[in-house]
Amino acid sequence: MPERQERPEGPERSETPETPEDSERPEHRGWRRDHPPGGTGPAGSGEPAAARGLARLLPARPEGRRLHPVTPWRRTWAPIAALAVFAVQDFNRAREWFTQLTLGWLLVAFLLLLPAAAAYGFLSWWVTSYQVTNTELRIRTGLLFRRVAHIRLDRLQAVDVTRPLLARAVGVAKLKLDVVGTNDKDELAFVGEADAVALRAELLARAAGIAPEAAPSAGEAPERELVRVPPSRLTVALLLMGTGWGFLLATIFVPVLIYSWTGSVGAAIATGVPMLGGAWVATLGRYLTEYDWKVAESPDGLRLDHGLLNREHATVPPGRVQSVRIVEPLLWRRLDWVRVELEVAGSDIGNSVLLPVAPRGVAAGVLARVLPGVDLDEAARVARPVPRRARWAVPVWWQGYGHGVTDAVFATRRGLLRRELTLVPHAKVQSVRLTQGPWERRLRLADVLVDHGANGTASARLRDVDEAYAIVDAQADRSRTGRRTARPDRWLT
Amino acid sequence: METGSEGVPTERAPGVEAPPGGGPSPAAPARDDVEWRGVERALLRMRRTVLLLTVPPILLAQTVLLWVLVGPVWTVLMVPLVAVTVFGWFALGRNWRSWRYAERADDLLISRGVLWREMTVVPYGRMQLVEVTSGPLERRYGLARLQLHTAAAATDAAIPGLVPEEAERLRDRLTELGEARSAGL
Repeated sequence: MPERQERPEGPERSETPETPEDSERPEHRGWRRDHPPGGTGPAGSGEPAAARGLARLLPARPEGRRLHPVTPWRRTWAPIAALAVFAVQDFNRAREWFTQLTLGWLLVAFLLLLPAAAAYGFLSWWVTSYQVTNTELRIRTGLLFRRVAHIRLDRLQAVDVTRPLLARAVGVAKLKLDVVGTNDKDELAFVGEADAVALRAELLARAAGIAPEAAPSAGEAPERELVRVPPSRLTVALLLMGTGWGFLLATIFVPVLIYSWTGSVGAAIATGVPMLGGAWVATLGRYLTEYDWKVAESPDGLRLDHGLLNREHATVPPGRVQSVRIVEPLLWRRLDWVRVELEVAGSDIGNSVLLPVAPRGVAAGVLARVLPGVDLDEAARVARPVPRRARWAVPVWWQGYGHGVTDAVFATRRGLLRRELTLVPHAKVQSVRLTQGPWERRLRLADVLVDHGANGTASARLRDVDEAYAIVDAQADRSRTGRRTARPDRWLT
Repeated sequence: METGSEGVPTERAPGVEAPPGGGPSPAAPARDDVEWRGVERALLRMRRTVLLLTVPPILLAQTVLLWVLVGPVWTVLMVPLVAVTVFGWFALGRNWRSWRYAERADDLLISRGVLWREMTVVPYGRMQLVEVTSGPLERRYGLARLQLHTAAAATDAAIPGLVPEEAERLRDRLTELGEARSAGL
């Protein structure tokens, strides 16, 4: 192989596209064993001289396990995707450029761009590795600016495993740990599917407090299915949602109206496209993500599995739920269906759904598992209405507000057409606030706000002012006693 | 709602006159069971100085411009603005009187605001971080500001206008109590 001999001397980008295939695979096989540090990893490829020369050119490989070798390809396409996005956004200028480009220029551009992108993808993969220790997951990455993320396992709030459509075809998955303060960079994308499952089991076992020697082989905790949402119910539920229809109607009528007023096609398209996006998110997009929603229970906590094209999984360990919201859209009420959303600290808003649609009884059953000792009916019953004079503060909708307290949760409800009931366990309350505007003071009303650890706030609005001060005091007491009885961070200890 | 009004001569509307200092004011009724402390008078002096140094020159310049460019009659337009500034002077006083805090056995209370009142209760065990800051202007007036952080970003608990010794005493005490009662998320 002559080209292999000349690679070490050649420019860096020309050597890269094939290398991951050639030299990295044997090394990757042993993902469980710790790699020797330094850049001599690929020496096992059977060509010591070439490999060593190559390794000298490359930056030192951080110690730890590697990501799946398919990862560079994702990054390779990033610049091309960026170009495509640019072309779509600034269509006119892109067309101008393209008309000036000749075939030769295009070829040159591709010859330069593609290897550069490939080199970037390969190098960013090369310098990324992860390591599981007794107390933390370490992710080392960064080509120019080194970055080591230490993710403490006892602070673990949830584990997400995502398998986008393309990744499913290749057999890889993304793994992300939700810890307060992590950002998008702190995910492992991609690892092999089997590896992801094994890694998840190991991380959860270590986070749960299982002895460190036993953790790697503890395996997946057994799970018991609680609910599975049938596609037919999801379809009906989404058809009964007002937002989807609203967006759809707007998508059809608003551009037509705008066109008839202004006579400009561009304006009509410009208004139509975002609405189409909204309609997509509210209807089909939601169907795709919420398809085949499965809630299961295991000693490691709640397991959520869902998605038609992109399969997503989340494990929420016990005692991590900061707040639960039960939403009841207007048209679901006849069927007595509800949607349950949950908030976990450090998690993004995307995966905050616990149950997209379920009969109230089923939802109450799941809720009792998520927040032990919480009875949905009781929580809904204790929410007492606000004083009648609140109608001067919030006309009509004042009737929707209510607040109550059970032994376990702070409950508030709001909304008249689309009802929402928010529950915050006393143990999760971070601070309690009372606010009162000038108009509310005239009416002798005040709002009580309860902040929880998922950066959310539950508000009991429009309470009588004396009652509000009493609520603040009592809630501060309850949160304190609630915290004493809370479960330990390491849930199996 | 942030009710701090550094030099902004609006928002502080007439409220019920409160006794000066840290005594219980009507900003938080039915809270006589705890020992409230007010903030330093220097904070009021600082805010009023800022008000005096910023707003009147601007008003004067505007008046002169109106006089010269449009006509002397039009300077009448400035009267409401001057009135607002004078009102701001008194509003700052009321706002200063409304700032109070109290250390209870298990939590810290902070109460503030005249028109928009706000009271915050932060349990000691929930404090993640206590910081004392003091900018150049505050240092001139011998003041420091105490800021509390919990795991919830919405918790907006800060006490401006403390003497540095008091701020440090409070910080040390809160940190100590926080460690003793520590609870995470």
